[in-house]
Amino acid sequence: MSESIRQESPLVERNTRARHQASPANAGITVRPRPFLACINLRGDPSDGAFTDAVRGVTGIDLPTTPNTVADGDQWRALWLCPDEWYLVGAPGAENDAVDTLEQALAGQHFAVNDVTSGMTTLEISGPRTRDVLAKGCTLDLHPRMFGPGQCAQTLISHAGVVIRYVDDQPTLELMVRRSFADYLWVWLEDAALEYGMAATE
Amino acid sequence: MLYIKCPWCGWRDESEFGYGGEAHIKRPEDPDALSDAEWADYLFMRTNPRGSHRERWVHTAGCRRWFNAIRDTQTYEFKAFYKMGEEPPGGEQ
Ligand SMILES: [Zn+2]
Repeated sequence: MSESIRQESPLVERNTRARHQASPANAGITVRPRPFLACINLRGDPSDGAFTDAVRGVTGIDLPTTPNTVADGDQWRALWLCPDEWYLVGAPGAENDAVDTLEQALAGQHFAVNDVTSGMTTLEISGPRTRDVLAKGCTLDLHPRMFGPGQCAQTLISHAGVVIRYVDDQPTLELMVRRSFADYLWVWLEDAALEYGMAATE
Repeated sequence: MLYIKCPWCGWRDESEFGYGGEAHIKRPEDPDALSDAEWADYLFMRTNPRGSHRERWVHTAGCRRWFNAIRDTQTYEFKAFYKMGEEPPGGEQ
């Protein structure tokens, strides 16, 4: 990205310093936006060794083939989206080089690599009431017996399409959402968390 | 609310799915060779059974794969879920 272009989080008017200061003590949930994470949509045939070798060579990851699971590498994380599609998530700014490198490594193969970084944003939700709040708009069972380490899932939270990822047993869950839905999701979270208290943080 | 088993993602709520009508309807090899009545039969006529119905669903809010299911049209009970390209459990009807 050119230095002259300023990136702006879709939540810039929600996650303000005033909102941070208005956060209650002992909040039931804490929302932490993680804007600008690199996000690449990758498609290809995981039964084709040439494809998986090339992806491993660039990302260091063996693409997960078990539905709704995550594979972590040093620089990148792969989330299963469907039998031939993954999100590759990495550090902010890493997307441009990675797209170029992947396209070179996969040249001649049947694949698709698309940078969707600017179309997505990420919210990290943590705190003791995380599952109670999400349960108000999500039909997935997020109990750790059903949704634990290494798992992700595409689903709906109050009509908004999200990818939920298990982070830790705080509990912390991560929501990837299209940036145009981020404001809606934030307002929904504020409402759903009203009875528990919602903190916002940088 | 129905509870539906995506062949990839497992049991999910009906709100994540879309319905695609009767399954296993084969597009005619050579539409130009058909009469209007035969083409209309392909396009519009469905078996509409009372009881076991083989039908298509798509996991719209999840993995976005199409798959097939067998559902009882009287009780709404699902009898089976199977991937596209797989034979219906219980064989041809
Ligand atoms: Zn699915």
